[in-house]
Amino acid sequence: MQEVMVKRASELMKDGTVSRVLGWKNGEFVYDPTPAVFESAEALSAFVYNDFCASNLSKYLIALSKKNGKTLVFLKPCDSYSFNQLLTEHRIDREKIYIIGLECSGKVDEAKLREAGCEGILSVKTEGEDIVVDTLYGEKTLPKADCLGERCITCKSRKVVAFDEMIGENGEVNSECGRFDQVAALEAMTPDERYEFWRGELSRCIRCNACRNICPACSCENCVFDNPKSGISQKAAADTFEENMFHIIRAFHVAGRCTDCGECSRVCPQQIPLHLLNRKFIKDMNECYGEYQAGAEAGSRAPLVNYTLDDCEPSVVYEREASK
Amino acid sequence: MQINNEFKPKIVAFCCNWCSYAGADLAGTNRANYPADVKIIRVPCSCRVNPMFILRAFQRGADGVILCGCHPGDCHYTTGNYYARRRMTMLFSMLSYLGIEKERTRVEWVSAAEGAKFAATMNEFVETITNLGENKRLEDLRCKK
Amino acid sequence: MRRIGVFVCHCGTNIAGTVDVKAVAETLGKEPAVVFSTDYPYMCSEAGQNIIKEAIKEHKLEGVVVCSCSPRMHEATFRKTVQAAGLNPYLLEVANIREQCSWIHKDKTEGTAKAIVLGRAAIAKVQLNTPLIAGESPVVKRALVIGGGIAGIQTALDIADAGYEVDIVEKQPTIGGKMTQIDKTFPTLDCSSCILTPKMVDCAQNEKITIYSYSEVEAVTGFVGNFSVKIRRKARYVDETKCTGCGVCTEKCPVKNVPNEYNLGMDNRHAAYIPFAQAIPNVAVIDAAHCNKFKTGKCGLCQKLCSAGAINYEQEDTIIEEKYGAIVAATGYNPISVDKYDEFAYSQSKDVVTSLEFERILKADGPTEGHLQRMSDGKQPKTIVFIQCVGSRDTSGCGKEYCSKICCMYTAKHAMYCREKYPDTEVYVFYIDVRTPGKNYDEFYRRAVEQYGVHYIKGMVGKVSPKADGTLHVQASDLISNEQLHISADMVVLAAAIEPDKSARPLATMLTASMDTNDFFTEAHAKLRPVESPTAGVFLSGVCQGPKDIPETVAQAGAAASKVIGLLAKNKLSCNPCVSQSNEAMCNGCSTCANVCPYGAITYEDKDFSRRKDGSMIRRVAVVNEAVCQGCGACTVACPSGAMDLKGFSTSQIMAEVDAICK
Repeated sequence: MQEVMVKRASELMKDGTVSRVLGWKNGEFVYDPTPAVFESAEALSAFVYNDFCASNLSKYLIALSKKNGKTLVFLKPCDSYSFNQLLTEHRIDREKIYIIGLECSGKVDEAKLREAGCEGILSVKTEGEDIVVDTLYGEKTLPKADCLGERCITCKSRKVVAFDEMIGENGEVNSECGRFDQVAALEAMTPDERYEFWRGELSRCIRCNACRNICPACSCENCVFDNPKSGISQKAAADTFEENMFHIIRAFHVAGRCTDCGECSRVCPQQIPLHLLNRKFIKDMNECYGEYQAGAEAGSRAPLVNYTLDDCEPSVVYEREASK
Repeated sequence: MQINNEFKPKIVAFCCNWCSYAGADLAGTNRANYPADVKIIRVPCSCRVNPMFILRAFQRGADGVILCGCHPGDCHYTTGNYYARRRMTMLFSMLSYLGIEKERTRVEWVSAAEGAKFAATMNEFVETITNLGENKRLEDLRCKK
Repeated sequence: MRRIGVFVCHCGTNIAGTVDVKAVAETLGKEPAVVFSTDYPYMCSEAGQNIIKEAIKEHKLEGVVVCSCSPRMHEATFRKTVQAAGLNPYLLEVANIREQCSWIHKDKTEGTAKAIVLGRAAIAKVQLNTPLIAGESPVVKRALVIGGGIAGIQTALDIADAGYEVDIVEKQPTIGGKMTQIDKTFPTLDCSSCILTPKMVDCAQNEKITIYSYSEVEAVTGFVGNFSVKIRRKARYVDETKCTGCGVCTEKCPVKNVPNEYNLGMDNRHAAYIPFAQAIPNVAVIDAAHCNKFKTGKCGLCQKLCSAGAINYEQEDTIIEEKYGAIVAATGYNPISVDKYDEFAYSQSKDVVTSLEFERILKADGPTEGHLQRMSDGKQPKTIVFIQCVGSRDTSGCGKEYCSKICCMYTAKHAMYCREKYPDTEVYVFYIDVRTPGKNYDEFYRRAVEQYGVHYIKGMVGKVSPKADGTLHVQASDLISNEQLHISADMVVLAAAIEPDKSARPLATMLTASMDTNDFFTEAHAKLRPVESPTAGVFLSGVCQGPKDIPETVAQAGAAASKVIGLLAKNKLSCNPCVSQSNEAMCNGCSTCANVCPYGAITYEDKDFSRRKDGSMIRRVAVVNEAVCQGCGACTVACPSGAMDLKGFSTSQIMAEVDAICK
């Protein structure tokens, strides 16, 4: 796939359609490719695309669409939802972006490979249902399904929702993905159990801001947590309250705008399942206000900037608890 | 009514200027009693209440926070309480999800004519919070004496 | 830190009875920022106000806290007081220690402690108050009335009468609206045209009124006092300034088979036409969709015959742009399509008609020249069945849930008319309820029953079946005698529900005015501001706000006009200074705030943030129109970046209050 992508990118660069390409290049290790901008066809020699290229490129387009000329971007299905959401919020100039949609069968979580005993990873390759991992100590073939990151296991959609052209086949929305199962499991717990669960998770937070910085919805010019005038600015969480507050406010700010791309949990160095906060909001909004998928179409109106005359009352929260 | 003689809860009530604040005034005019634990903050509309204010109140030591606004359909600004209703539904659900006692937060629609309802709501809310005891799960120890 | 003064009011014993006011003044006097603190029996009295004024001067106060009754009672009073002493009126906060403290607590210790906390919260807030100055915006002294029916006409006449310029935009070729089609008006039965056409002529002759007929509103920008409106003047292919309305073109036009809108398609008109004899403006229109000249290029007869040289086939739509201080929506209504009610056989028989069609049959300029005739065979009907609530009060989802309000009265009128002019006619009215509140209305209905012998039957018609002999078999139930009825009728008249005109919703979007689920415009307050839209500067006249009859429409039209006049009489509008403001350095331009703004007060502009170091940087940022914003604060919470804040109730002010209360 990488060759096809590079070929097409250099064509578009040479015929003047685009002035630059947003893609990935190798990072420190083979399993951590990082987003990169390529300004010339020659520079594309450093372009990589493989099963580790998980990062969502859409957020970078906010800055790139302000530059002169068009930017070519490669978007996986989940990234394209973020792209649409940013379009809805007028953060990206669509005219200045050329999108190549990518067929995607999930990205590999390097931690899962380690669990399966792969050390010294040199490369990975999808072969049918399996992946072949080349390591310093020889090749290993593993079922791909066992190596995917959480968000890919519960992938909501393999459909690229915004693109100018596709590489590979466009997929379908998967409404049976079970992405809310874990949320439902938490909801079924007692409040005390939930409290213990979240204390266990959130107390590990080191406030590195990785979740915020990677999040395409958290693209504010100036984040409230950095703004001394907001009244809630913090550097490090000094107290259990602040650990909670950061994550509650962050989830609330992205509620209705979060496309569930799962980047927050993927980049969390403490492995806090942050997506469970966002998915809680998505699940609640679906249940209370009707199905809504942020980014499924550009220009849609999110539930929290909408209402109907007969919305449920906030007391529905007590009623749901009581009915358990 | 007092279960725990030592515990006096701190209750913050956000009231919209046009209905609920006027309803609270009417409760006063009618001498409808409710505990002094309730302190009211006037806001133009229930939609002015940011979830941050509610968290802030808990951080600073509140044991319960109640938001009162015009009845849906009667908002002075026509739509404010509809947005507030959705926001608070989501916020309360999230707090409950995090294991925080759901009874500590409440929304009540009180019109300018419902002085008695205002007092009754506050009495009931204070009783609930008194029974629940001190807010431990959303406290900031640095803010406690 | 600001220098704060605290003034604690006793309110006689109202406060002092359960709050130790001396202790409150003393304790608050020890707060860090407080440089002066006192108490007085009646702060709102002149003597009390003088204490405040003197203290402001003497102690150079930069903020004032009055602990007294509710701010809803005396905030305005004390604002004037501090202003008189040279302080900005918004550097005042009122701590409500009466209604929300002394009056509800019996225990003095408790009351005193709470009063102190409320005082502290006010002190904390006033520290962060900013001096606010109410903005001003100019008022364009011209009004736009959208819709030229009786509602629009009356509004325009009343505004013009007060000396202001008014434009009427009417999408039809003539003003007059539905009332032109009506024969007689209840409850006095005077002729509709006789009372309407003089008003139409008044409009045409009034030099303050400009009529844009055959025109539609294309775009609206701006805000109260200063709207800018684009109006599309559709090409009528006749030069309005030259046409004399002689009617030669309309008579000689060879295309004669165009359904006549004025008669609801019950007869035909020419492709060149004047809607009816008293049309205003009395100018012909060429219907390009049917005209031979436009369809085939051959004809041009009207141009040859027009002695005024008014025909111009090259005419194109033109867009004009005008500024207005106020806009009145008077878009009116239409009867619903009754096609869905197939049980009444409307589509199967020409003798099943809607009430408005029946009205045309009765009117002298209608398809039968005012003779009561069946449309199928021209025979005079001997039995007529009226069916009420066709699509009104319908909770099945098929029609409208609301009551159309006018049907009971016009049906009584129709029934009475039939019995009076054609006494040998049997008239049946099937109803759910008869609703006739209104001056002389119930008397009118009772006359129909008692004097004219109309058969009013409580019950619904189940089915109307056209028979081979041309009669209509009406099957109905009589709910009072609890029996099935079978009536062989010659004519069936359906009281179709009315609905807002289809143009209302796109117009509401342009005006950022709100609508209910039935597409009626919403009032700013259902009881107290019934003719104003929540959007400042937009007013409502007639049925576009809700079903109403002519007297009510005219009354509301006058009320809307008086509101417009009140607005236009001002040279400048003073705005509520407690409005939102956007910090453009933090704004993402994401439009979330605009989505929740009920007033359309937020717009976006591209702003240049370029700095020499990092080159060009143009960002979309929100701009709040302070003349339009009403200060609800919905945007402040919707905004994820915290760029939106509300003056007078800022995030930091409210948080300071929270902190002070929870301390």
